[in-house]
Amino acid sequence: MTSLTFKKKPARVIPGFPLSLGYTMLYVSLLVLLPLAMIFIQTMSLSWAEFTAIVTDPRAIASYKLSFGTALAAGLVNVVFGTIIAWVLVRYHFPFKRIIDGLVDLPFALPTAVAGIALTSLYAPNGWIGQFFNFKIAFTPLGIIIALTFIGLPFVVRTVQPVLQNISVEVEEASASLGATRLQTVCKIIFPELAPAILTGFSLAFARALGEYGSVVFIAGNMPMKTEITPLIIMTKLEQYDYAGATSIAAVMLITSFVLLFTINLIQWLANRRFIH
Amino acid sequence: MDQSTIIEPLAPQTRIVAAKPAALQEPRFFRYVLTFIALAFLAFFIVLPLVSIFITAFQKGADVYFAAITHPDALAAIQLTLTVVAIAVPLNAIFGIMAAWALTKFNYKGKNLLLTVIDLPFAVSPVIAGLVFILLFGAQGLFGDWLFANDIKIVFALPGIVLATIFVTLPFVARELVPLMQAQGNAEEEASISLGANGFKTFWYVTLPNIKWGLIYGLILCNARAIGEFGAVSVVSGHIRGMTNTMPLHIEILYNEYQFSAAFAVASLMSVLAIITLVIKDIVAWKSKSI
Repeated sequence: MTSLTFKKKPARVIPGFPLSLGYTMLYVSLLVLLPLAMIFIQTMSLSWAEFTAIVTDPRAIASYKLSFGTALAAGLVNVVFGTIIAWVLVRYHFPFKRIIDGLVDLPFALPTAVAGIALTSLYAPNGWIGQFFNFKIAFTPLGIIIALTFIGLPFVVRTVQPVLQNISVEVEEASASLGATRLQTVCKIIFPELAPAILTGFSLAFARALGEYGSVVFIAGNMPMKTEITPLIIMTKLEQYDYAGATSIAAVMLITSFVLLFTINLIQWLANRRFIH
Repeated sequence: MDQSTIIEPLAPQTRIVAAKPAALQEPRFFRYVLTFIALAFLAFFIVLPLVSIFITAFQKGADVYFAAITHPDALAAIQLTLTVVAIAVPLNAIFGIMAAWALTKFNYKGKNLLLTVIDLPFAVSPVIAGLVFILLFGAQGLFGDWLFANDIKIVFALPGIVLATIFVTLPFVARELVPLMQAQGNAEEEASISLGANGFKTFWYVTLPNIKWGLIYGLILCNARAIGEFGAVSVVSGHIRGMTNTMPLHIEILYNEYQFSAAFAVASLMSVLAIITLVIKDIVAWKSKSI
């Protein structure tokens, strides 16, 4: 009888379950869930008409388009160049490779405001790089894309790199020995292996870019309707003590990024399932 | 046996690089082009901005540079940033260890949900991370009246900056430790417990040495983000010069006042910190790989 109950409910050998789980739940509830819930509680105090009026204001719509478009563009630039950089770092040999590899993480370590002022001064019309172009880069959407590319680069490189490292040579050898050209091997053997990692890297970079503030405010120029990103609208409304307005826009941003992340996770889950079966 | 033969060094190992067959490698020209594209991209996007920070910082000479970084407002900003980091990073480290323990040592339902909640701050814009604390503790916020009545300042003061920093850096340590402790399993801890050690002793002598490098790695990332956080802190700080301005906010103010050399001087200090972070990160990654 006693052995039966023991089988049904095995005793936990390792101690600390109530303490560690309790502490974790309390910490995330107080510091993440309650604060984020405030966005929705505050938005509830508005009527539906008030809410839609705020979030469909032409200036807000323009900012969604800008934030979404520039984040997408930067994400795609990072997919192309991030994958090339990961490829070169894993497969080829060249001097100072280890230092260059370490430098890829700079955007993670460098404060966004520092990156922002450095990129702005480089790409401003009289800057080191900006002076060689007869069109403006900083203070246009192009400048925003450059800042977001800087911020997102390590996400793509660091997710693709380990996957590329783990592809065994045998698979490539098998492909080559069966008569595939190098291009065929890369396109049909290596690339499908990398695709989920590239998608993950893209989604991480894209999600980060949607909410990015520090590096963008300096280079954007912040012109309403033209170069005003959504986080900046929240900031501007806050400075005018328009809490309802700021919170409504924040609710739209939050829901958008949650839906996006959920969709990308779902796609990935479906893709992984297909690869396994 | 003659002693000299024992200590005689091995012949220098020559690395034998067998030429890869053409079918297993891209054409040489293609390899060079790809390497060139990668390096050029990194040069324009990473190296050039970094170099430009230091050159602009010293453009008006070393005197202006040292005047900028020893200005009372700059020193106050440095002190505030260090204070915030000294509170936020240890709290998130303890949380990270607790969360990793709860998520990897036991089996129960809803684990993935908890992991998602811990990851949430990464999906939230820093501006929103600041906004939520205004909604809680600001003058019109949920606890605004109560805080005012009791004369407690959270927003536009140190506690608000600390809270916003904790929010944005919350997942870093947990994120490093969860996969690591998952991979290491429970066997060693179970052995330790069955031999009579208590939970704390087991953690201290068995788990901690195993997760040491992962923990340091997470701490470094957490620290770098805490030092450099701009958006969230900007919302809750109130920008009171010499009082609630962290280093990134001080840089913004100098930059907006067209004191470019001074702004870049403070920025160069933060860039040195970033480079040190990268070096430590590299050493830690190398150490943890060699174990």
